[in-house]
Amino acid sequence: MNVTYPAASFRQNATPPAASVPLLGVQNLNVSFGPAHSRRDVVKSVSFTVEKGRCVAIVGESGSGKSVTARTLVGLTGARSHVQADRLTFQGKSIDHLGDTEWRALRGKGIGFVLQDALVSLDPLRPVGKEIGEALTVHRAIRTGAELTERVLELLKLVGVPEPAVKARQLPHELSGGQRQRALIATAIALDPALLIADEPTTALDVTIQAQILDLLSETRERGKAVILISHNLAVVSQMADEVIVMRHGEIVEHGSSEQIFGNPRHDYTRSLLKAIPSVQSRGSRLSSYKAPRFISAERDVTKALAQSDIAQRSRPLLEAEGLVKRFRGPDGKLRTVVNDVSFRLGHGETLGIVGESGSGKTTVARMALALERPDLGEVTLEGALWTAATEKERRQRRSDISVIYQDPLSSFDPRWSIERVIDDALARRRGDPLDRASRRSEVSELLDLVGLSSSFRNRRPLELSGGQRQRVAIARAIAPRPKIIVCDEPVAALDVSIQAQILDLLGDLKSHLRVSYLFISHDLGVVHHLSDRVLVMNHGVAVEAGAADDVFLRPRQPYTRKLVAAVPQLRFQAA
Amino acid sequence: MSFATSSAGHAKAFITARVLTGARRFPVRVYVAAFFMAFFLIAAIEPKLLQTHDPLMLSLTSPLKAPSLTHWLGTDQSGRDLYSRIVAGTGHSLSIGLGATALSLALALILGVTAGLSGGWIDNVLSRLFDALFALPTLFLALLFVSLLGTSVPTLVIAVGLGTSPGYARMVRVQVLSVKATSYVEAARALGHSPRRILFKHILPNAISPLATMFTLGVGQAIIWASGLSFLGLGVAPPSSEWGALLNAGRNYVIYAWWLEVMPGIAIAALALSVTVVGQYVQQRLEGRIELP
Repeated sequence: MNVTYPAASFRQNATPPAASVPLLGVQNLNVSFGPAHSRRDVVKSVSFTVEKGRCVAIVGESGSGKSVTARTLVGLTGARSHVQADRLTFQGKSIDHLGDTEWRALRGKGIGFVLQDALVSLDPLRPVGKEIGEALTVHRAIRTGAELTERVLELLKLVGVPEPAVKARQLPHELSGGQRQRALIATAIALDPALLIADEPTTALDVTIQAQILDLLSETRERGKAVILISHNLAVVSQMADEVIVMRHGEIVEHGSSEQIFGNPRHDYTRSLLKAIPSVQSRGSRLSSYKAPRFISAERDVTKALAQSDIAQRSRPLLEAEGLVKRFRGPDGKLRTVVNDVSFRLGHGETLGIVGESGSGKTTVARMALALERPDLGEVTLEGALWTAATEKERRQRRSDISVIYQDPLSSFDPRWSIERVIDDALARRRGDPLDRASRRSEVSELLDLVGLSSSFRNRRPLELSGGQRQRVAIARAIAPRPKIIVCDEPVAALDVSIQAQILDLLGDLKSHLRVSYLFISHDLGVVHHLSDRVLVMNHGVAVEAGAADDVFLRPRQPYTRKLVAAVPQLRFQAA
Repeated sequence: MSFATSSAGHAKAFITARVLTGARRFPVRVYVAAFFMAFFLIAAIEPKLLQTHDPLMLSLTSPLKAPSLTHWLGTDQSGRDLYSRIVAGTGHSLSIGLGATALSLALALILGVTAGLSGGWIDNVLSRLFDALFALPTLFLALLFVSLLGTSVPTLVIAVGLGTSPGYARMVRVQVLSVKATSYVEAARALGHSPRRILFKHILPNAISPLATMFTLGVGQAIIWASGLSFLGLGVAPPSSEWGALLNAGRNYVIYAWWLEVMPGIAIAALALSVTVVGQYVQQRLEGRIELP
């Protein structure tokens, strides 16, 4: 089928789909961006087909071209793009070179598209029901009010939104993240399209909600619809997909059935992706091929010194939280208890993972550990001394003992500052004699080296770096004052699997070399399990279960923990 | 001989090509704006260098002459050279624009930063004050001050400066509040930096940097406000050739002599635009932001 035929003439001769014609056929698709003289190829000779009732997944890192490929299929690549394909057919008709009107006729009706971020994809000032209704009226499927309302409620019920009649009248921000995502899926399936494209539909969601969304997509497929699932989460993909396409740098590196890709991956890149997933099995092993940083002699001395002082202090915990309670006043004026009676201890050189879904209060706990938030009841002590109960002035000197890494490193850097200035600023807080200019300069280089960045980064600005590089800089800043504890608040949540693997490896290396303790907060059970010695599970502000990582995750005692662990998608077909 | 000419021609073409293509260091608009700014600066400091006639010299033989080679921008009803009068009025317009904006922003900074940082009742009182003043039209506020203080250049500066400051003060306050809430400020707190250091190293620079653009835009605006007041006869009195006064004087003759209104108008627009363009460019360079197409 390597025949190239002019799209226009093909459209005229369009024949009804024969049994042998796939629902969607893509042959030698190339997409590039920018003006002719500086064109960037984003998708390079991609070919695949999708059959009815099948789920094809496209996986790859950000920048691999997976989203662009998907957007091409609904004609949403933008004005600056240049799309070229030997063949691009849907239901036997060419969808190459369609005009705006033709695309509009196809979108929603023939091909449904679910975007990643439901909050920005839904009109903030329009009730959810209206939004879904619009999908129906745009294509003139239904006109009258009563019928429309009925169909909208039916759709909301179908996607599992509770109390559809109430929710239909609410604005997107009044719905939870999972409900928003489901409402968005409802708009996409409103006209029962034959093909549903879901671009990272569960990325921002908690595991339990993710499981519900995946069930919903499975149902769609079982009703005979085809699904293209775009995700960087391989476990999700292994649960859902019949076929998997692995993309890298705009090209398909491997294409096969789920069984083959996950059970017997042929390409090195696929293997490295699979190896990068943190899980129970990965504990204690490296996730990436990234090499351990070269440690300088001075740092080793510190390590030794720390190790010696360790023995003396090991008996008492480094950080101790006792009965923490925090209430916030909600927009309705009512007090809401965000953290309720949470206690924990963090020992020297230990990693305590705090895991929970969004809204469970884990970040508030982290902020109280950092004494950025004062608990309403209870207190945190640092090395046996007052911490949250001390005054800010007293704390300031000791703040270098406990540093922080945020989920979004970019916003934690002053946008005007160079990387050098960011790290230098943290070095100024190191205890002991103030360093002179020259030694601070060399120290910045050493810290950059330690986190695996070359010195050439020192003059760059945060905006110019990739997500992984930014997180490395954030780590360099965190270790610069030589802290005893680093609080990591979702440090890898915004990163691709392979970058996440490198950052987790780096954190692991630093832990053993610098003897720091981590308070590691994440919604990702695999990530927490990979890194933590002990784990605290939180739900609605309450510490549900605590214990050794293996005990909690492999032998959970509480029903909530069991539910959480069960909701985590597991890699299927994996070779032992 | 012919060889020499053609090579000179090539050199010229080459230079033009370099200026117009990617090899240049600044965008073309910056060159154009800088040229206008330089012109107006010279006109403000040493108007005699640029004048072709005495701006006050009456000529009864040539009233309301259209633009020509002798009178580049034409003449007014008394035969005075319009070009020379615009040049002569630059100093007034520019100093009112800069002075009023500086005063306005200085006030806005002090009050806005105080409100944003202190919070609580101080913020409440100041914010309500800004809101109340902002609700009054700028022109109304300016008129109030002119009526209290009389008409002169310093009065115009104060009137326009005070009139435009509530809007800026509100903006400064919001900037300070938003920078205060960023995670880089929290990160600095978590590192144990002192509040004073955080204020001077993070909050002020980040809250003020958008104001640089506001300043350049404000200069143009202030010139227009001042011209407006002069146009109403409340600014600098004739025979001064402040641009607003020129517009005011020309309005009776606009049917016969369009240039009396259009030329000062172009001067106001050119000055306001060039200050804005250069200001924005400098800000982009300072911030190292990637320029959007």
